[in-house]
Amino acid sequence: MRHIISILIENESGALSRVAGLFSARGYNIESLTVAATEDPSLSRMTLVTRGSDDIIEQITKQLNKLIDVVKLIDLAESAHIERELMMVKIKTSEQMREEIRSMADIFRGKIIDVTPTTYVVEMTGPSSKLDAFIAAIDSDSIIEVVRSGPTGISRGEKGLHL
Amino acid sequence: MELNGAQIVIQSLKDEGVEYIFGYPGGAVLHLYDAIFQQDDVKHILVRHEQGATHAADGYARATGKPGVVLVTSGPGATNAVTGIATAYMDSIPMVIISGQVPLPVIGSDAFQEVDMVGITRPCVKHNFLVKDINKLAETMKKAFYVATTGRPGPVVVDVPKDITDPRIKIPYKYPKKVSIRSYNPAVTGHKGQIKKAVDLLLTAQKPIIYSGGGVILGEASKELTEFAKVLGFPVTNTLMGLGAYPSTDKQFVGMLGMHGTYEANMAMHDSDVIIAIGARFDDRVTGKLDLFCPHAQIIHIDVDPASISKTVKVAIPIVGEVKPVLEQMLEMLKDGKKKPSKKALESWWNQIDQWRAVKCMEYDRNSNLIKPQYVIEQLYEVTKGEAYITSDVGQHQMWAAQYYPFDKPRHWINSGGLGTMGFGLPAAIGVKLAFPDSEVACVTGDGSIQMCIQELSTALQYNAPVKIINLNNSYLGMVRQWQEFTYESRYSHSYMDTIPDFVKLAEAYGHIGMRIDKPEDVRPALEEAFALKDRTVFLDILTDRTENVYPMIEAGKAHNDMTLRVANGISTDRELA
Repeated sequence: MRHIISILIENESGALSRVAGLFSARGYNIESLTVAATEDPSLSRMTLVTRGSDDIIEQITKQLNKLIDVVKLIDLAESAHIERELMMVKIKTSEQMREEIRSMADIFRGKIIDVTPTTYVVEMTGPSSKLDAFIAAIDSDSIIEVVRSGPTGISRGEKGLHL
Repeated sequence: MELNGAQIVIQSLKDEGVEYIFGYPGGAVLHLYDAIFQQDDVKHILVRHEQGATHAADGYARATGKPGVVLVTSGPGATNAVTGIATAYMDSIPMVIISGQVPLPVIGSDAFQEVDMVGITRPCVKHNFLVKDINKLAETMKKAFYVATTGRPGPVVVDVPKDITDPRIKIPYKYPKKVSIRSYNPAVTGHKGQIKKAVDLLLTAQKPIIYSGGGVILGEASKELTEFAKVLGFPVTNTLMGLGAYPSTDKQFVGMLGMHGTYEANMAMHDSDVIIAIGARFDDRVTGKLDLFCPHAQIIHIDVDPASISKTVKVAIPIVGEVKPVLEQMLEMLKDGKKKPSKKALESWWNQIDQWRAVKCMEYDRNSNLIKPQYVIEQLYEVTKGEAYITSDVGQHQMWAAQYYPFDKPRHWINSGGLGTMGFGLPAAIGVKLAFPDSEVACVTGDGSIQMCIQELSTALQYNAPVKIINLNNSYLGMVRQWQEFTYESRYSHSYMDTIPDFVKLAEAYGHIGMRIDKPEDVRPALEEAFALKDRTVFLDILTDRTENVYPMIEAGKAHNDMTLRVANGISTDRELA
């Protein structure tokens, strides 16, 4: 099953490689990994998407917790949560295609953020599955480039991942 | 007081009560060595190779329970130390390794003797630090010792760039009394509810067994384990790392378990209905084939490291905490409670165990004209009255030492269990001897292993650490040869050494005494003579039966109740190699 693990980690050099190294050393897979600053400059927040059986996910969270730099983590898949990913797609647009792409972007609540005579760049956020669906709906030959941030997530309700 | 970076490092070691540093100088640590020169409190042991430094510090740590300290230079000094760091990591040994690094401004420029030590050691340390600011040096040293010695212990590397130790830069020094790391709070006591559940399960057991490991030794809980076993009357088996945690000569002890464990220990594990694993980690050499492991048992697991629990074997009742306080909590509950273990069930369980014991799985040919390695270990046990510290290398000799030297006390059996590092034994023995100069220390080794760190014979002489080297010389890499015999139709691919040095002359060249023993009747007198030479290192080169194999054995992919015993119709005699 797919799990989104959200990690608060010390904002120190080498912290990211400890996490990445743990996954390669123990043969766990990483589907995506995003890291960025938080409101607390001493902490970074990392969102990691991985797949595995319950036993493997249990080991992954235990091994992550064992890293000295990992301050706290949650497995978002364990409770109600919101997942968002940012995507930018550069699409080749012929005269007759432009209208179709625009309405497709509208349907998916995307925005066109760059226009040239022959291309559009569509910006879109949403759960990864929605972004997959958009890609599938566009003629693959017209796609010049796809850039995805990898998912990030947050739990619903009052609870939160903080110190 | 104002100190420079090099002095801060050495002063921190003093403040930690460090007695010995094991190290080797080089460019990046010259400032540190100058600071060492100008003081007498921390004694430096100059090894002959950095691997030896880590193993010696490791041996010191295993024997004393105190962290071992290593100092190496950058680049090759650091990489040479990696094997020893990984060895300590696999066996959870507290160690602090200070490695020199090129100056901060040139890090990343492929400078002379530069290597990314923090990167290289990341997978084989509990934690590591690169010191980038002299103002954080003392605090980092404190953190290193704190992390290395608490929770599940392990090695911690502190990588110190040369400019941090610059003698011209002085800052006020204050060693922190305490340090806390917000993300690191290892559990101490166990969860009461879990402990209650565990005690209830133990009291209903019909065929229980206590399976204890190195965690009992690391957690200083031998006394509690022994009392726990006595109160319950259960059989006890130890892992290779746990030998000595429970007295091996006690009648409740059924021997080591696992690949070369006793028949009775493995059969009891397989048939048990309740297992309590204490400070043991279900290593693959213990479990054999996982699918077939202890099919009838409900398992209780006490471990300080939550990641050890249900890693390979699912357990019914996990208890996260240090072994000693958890056992104390359990003992208290057992003593307060009215319920006792079923006498009748235990009686029939012990009857069954005695039948397995009657197989006498450890018998070997005592009438051989050749020196049997098992006999050497038995004689070693008698000559040292079972009280010596025994270090070992890795291979057949290691198993024989574990099988035929019953350890009654913790911290006396010192071997590389997890990583299986050849070359460990001799430097480890030197570390032990420095810690306990009045105790007997013997290194049981083989002709393959001893050559991997033999240069440390020189260190033993320089620092007056007289150890006895028991070299079970069969001119083979015996364990490799054994596996090739069992699984490769005796194709002995590169397990035979055509040229082996004259160890007697070699020992003499290093300033020690060498003896060669090639007759069974000479073994005992030679050992007595060697141990009578209290202040000399003696190298006993004992030419043993080349064909001898380690039995019993659980072959790869088999279960505990499917052991290969020596032979069905009695004991094999001398034979030719196919």
